[in-house]
Amino acid sequence: MQPFIYQAPTSVGEAVALLADPACRARPFAGGTDLLVQMRRGLFAPEMLVDVKRIPELNRIDFDLVEGLTIGAAVPCAWLCDHPAVRQHYAGLIDAVSIIGGTAIQWRATLGGNLCNAAPSGDSIPALIVLGATAMLAGPHGARTVPVADFCIAPGKTVLRPGELLISLHVPSPATRTGARYLRFIPRGEMDIAVAGAGAWLALSNDHATITDARIALSAVAPTPLWVKAAGEALIGKPPTAEAFVEAAKIAQEAARPISDVRGTAAQRRHLVGVLTRRALRGALQRAKGEACHD
Amino acid sequence: MTSKTLVSATINGEPVEFLCEPHQSLLECLRNVLGLTGTKEGCNDGNCGACSVLLDGQLVNSCLVLGVEIEGRAVTTVEGLADWRGLHPIQQAFLEADGFQCGFCTPGILIATKALLDRKPNPTEAEIRTWLSGNLCRCTGYDKIVRAVQAAARHLNVAGQEVNE
Repeated sequence: MQPFIYQAPTSVGEAVALLADPACRARPFAGGTDLLVQMRRGLFAPEMLVDVKRIPELNRIDFDLVEGLTIGAAVPCAWLCDHPAVRQHYAGLIDAVSIIGGTAIQWRATLGGNLCNAAPSGDSIPALIVLGATAMLAGPHGARTVPVADFCIAPGKTVLRPGELLISLHVPSPATRTGARYLRFIPRGEMDIAVAGAGAWLALSNDHATITDARIALSAVAPTPLWVKAAGEALIGKPPTAEAFVEAAKIAQEAARPISDVRGTAAQRRHLVGVLTRRALRGALQRAKGEACHD
Repeated sequence: MTSKTLVSATINGEPVEFLCEPHQSLLECLRNVLGLTGTKEGCNDGNCGACSVLLDGQLVNSCLVLGVEIEGRAVTTVEGLADWRGLHPIQQAFLEADGFQCGFCTPGILIATKALLDRKPNPTEAEIRTWLSGNLCRCTGYDKIVRAVQAAARHLNVAGQEVNE
């Protein structure tokens, strides 16, 4: 790895000043599970790494039933998996963060890094999209908020401007009669990159007979994680039946733009989108009804 | 060239100070600066787990941690498992259950097993296999490793003894 300067600021202001200074040629550094590997492969050669793990706002999980969940950008996946309130109220997010890497990676890899790495296969991104999450950014010209659905613009590319830093992710409070599920397909049981993935979120009427709102998002089948708005909209006003889920899954399959590569063919990925979307919807329905989800 | 940084940390219970450059991984610092060669370099990109160590008790791949990051923190490597009484019960269990062949992945698997049993003294077989999914072994086919972990859990629970830190 090429030499670089290491800085570990303790405030957002200091970090942004370093990141925004063109002379520093700096990159933010959290878990390093993507960044250090990419630097060893020569994809990036920053002259400075700004370690963001000593900045309080980036290393905190805040939850309350009114405000919802705020996850600091440098919080590793394992903290989320161990957090009782996150486990209880955001099972669809746990589905995704619990399968990013193996055990050792889980203690380092961060939710913020998974988003900023902007891989089409990033497991947490569809889960965040269907939950309606937003990204809080700070930069040299102030703070702004971007929906996670709009954050990734191309493989490895995000809306982050020079000097901007992801501070935290905000997930709305968990409404009653809603549920989410994320599923992916990989050839082995764990420690792999999604061939395809699907996240689903459903809201039900008081009597559980009608879907009042729905969102579906996909991973690894387009240049960015893909929110298929039409698939969710097709479910609104319908009863939560297998037929309705088949219809939504078909729309998701049509929206997918998969490629063939070493992990799978385009045809296999499109097939998987159908299977995974139907299963994710079934899981989201079970959770929305307050039932355990086993699928 | 960047200048070297002085890092103060606790390694296997002993206070240690060493000089390293920011781009040196914890794995490089352990092996090349501190001479602790028990921790192995396999893939050097976080896939194989041969370089597993505990950082403040949490399992990490030392190839994906920078040496400068461990300032003020505690690291446990495979050298920290045995003590004056002899092998750690996890090591003894791997020896008795033939939980290794070439042994290259073994230091990482011993450390990963310690992290698991510290957290969950009675893991199921499925939990053991999932926990060790980031530790690749190209010799054993994993069955003997899983049996060694189960035996280690039994020994530790029967003995009820404090696990070395």
